[in-house]
Amino acid sequence: MAGYRVVADLGLCQGHQMCLGEAPGVFAMDAATDQVVVTDPTPGPDRRAEVEAAVTYCPAMALSIQED
Amino acid sequence: MTTQAPDLPGAISAIPEVSYAVADDGTGHLAEMRVDPIGLFERVHAECGSIGRFRLADKDVVLVFGAEAHEQFFRAPESTLDQAAAYPFMTPIFGKGVVFDASPEERQQMLKNQALKGDMMRGHASTIEHEIRRMVAGWGDEGEIDLLDFFAELTIYTTSSCLIGKPFREELDGRFAQAYHDLERGTDALAYVDPYLEGVESFEVRDRARETLVGLVQDIIDRRRERGTVPREERDLLDVLISIDMTADYITGVFISMMFAGHHTSSGTAAWTLIELMRHPDYTAQVVAELDELYADGSEVSFQALRAIPKLEAALKEALRLHPPLIILMRVVQEEIELAGHLVPPGTIVAASPRVSNRLAEDFPRPDAFDPARYLDQRQEDRVNQWTWIPFGAGRHRCVGNAFAMMQLKAIFSVLLRDYEFEMTQPSEDYRDDVSKMVIQLAKPCRVRYRRRAGR
Repeated sequence: MAGYRVVADLGLCQGHQMCLGEAPGVFAMDAATDQVVVTDPTPGPDRRAEVEAAVTYCPAMALSIQED
Repeated sequence: MTTQAPDLPGAISAIPEVSYAVADDGTGHLAEMRVDPIGLFERVHAECGSIGRFRLADKDVVLVFGAEAHEQFFRAPESTLDQAAAYPFMTPIFGKGVVFDASPEERQQMLKNQALKGDMMRGHASTIEHEIRRMVAGWGDEGEIDLLDFFAELTIYTTSSCLIGKPFREELDGRFAQAYHDLERGTDALAYVDPYLEGVESFEVRDRARETLVGLVQDIIDRRRERGTVPREERDLLDVLISIDMTADYITGVFISMMFAGHHTSSGTAAWTLIELMRHPDYTAQVVAELDELYADGSEVSFQALRAIPKLEAALKEALRLHPPLIILMRVVQEEIELAGHLVPPGTIVAASPRVSNRLAEDFPRPDAFDPARYLDQRQEDRVNQWTWIPFGAGRHRCVGNAFAMMQLKAIFSVLLRDYEFEMTQPSEDYRDDVSKMVIQLAKPCRVRYRRRAGR
């Protein structure tokens, strides 16, 4: 199975923090900017469903998945 | 972009101007804007392409279409495109001196403080379920409701309870909802000439409605003062504002502005979702089956409304696409910006139209058809068309309440569709929007009949 990469667009992130609940451990918040930090950009196939939920339910549409 | 900046036409006159369908009375396209704004925006697209222009009183409004121009428009920072200045009709509603809009950074902070964050949503979902159940408590087994009245009142209670506080919501009744509605009706585009123009009935109704709201809030403040202080955990935002000696007029303005973005938008979307579901009974049956199955284990609405309900979500998105609550999103140019190959000078109003964009045939096949399958499986037309599927706007100003709104709609329909069946009481095409004001609302009559489902 091909790998994938989690990407955040900081021009769009509004700091809703929904991704923190959808895919714990993949995202964190930068307290200074109140924007997302992708702490684990390559979480692997077993986390794919959670990451897809984070992408789908990001209220700012700031997250995406890039296939390797 | 194929054009280099030095070659860009820099004059506003280089942007094509749309024709007139209603004669220019000296205020440009304002007259048409007041009777058929959607026709006007569609004609700009048809005649001018990706960038066109119409006139609103002494202002040029540049309307852009398509993913490329929209991305430029929606990504522009507040220092380039200013939102607040583009909506002069809001000033008398919020009240002079009440700051209604804030920079994206301030909005983010407000979001945090005002509990629109992910971890607050479960409490809101529970509140909303409670409010919808209260609204239907007196329904009996069958009857009729007016969609506009019903959802406008329900969303007054949900927005006030979630955003301001439960104690404040408990002080409200139908009078507050009615006055708030009259205020929303005061958004005539004539405000682009002068938001305080004499002799305009809807402006007079607006100003009286605001006075009514201030009076109702003053009564609540008086009762709070008589009651004295209560423990911290029983306080709401109103107690905080009273404690720092804000006037009833100012507090009312703050509350009006906090509730505004979430009120007519959610109310209208709930109504249009129900109308589209009544128009498409086969799809509705699938949604009801989805809900029945989801809740068969006795799970709570406050739990499920925050989780995926794919068929219902697709219906909500399709209602939002076809009937976006805001048909035009506007900004005032602060520093020259390039849009669709033109340089647009400061002072110009630039805009995008969700109503036209959401129905662009190149992005949305069979654009006028209610087709929830657009969002299912791999199609995901909302995500694929991130810059043209814009019921919530896009980019920096993308509606910060959109997750709250979707949760609220899922909670409302989780209750309504499991307990009741609905049918139209008038010809399907007679359900339509009144677009004569900038805040569009369902036109009356808009009644529907409900009947309790067997076994519920």
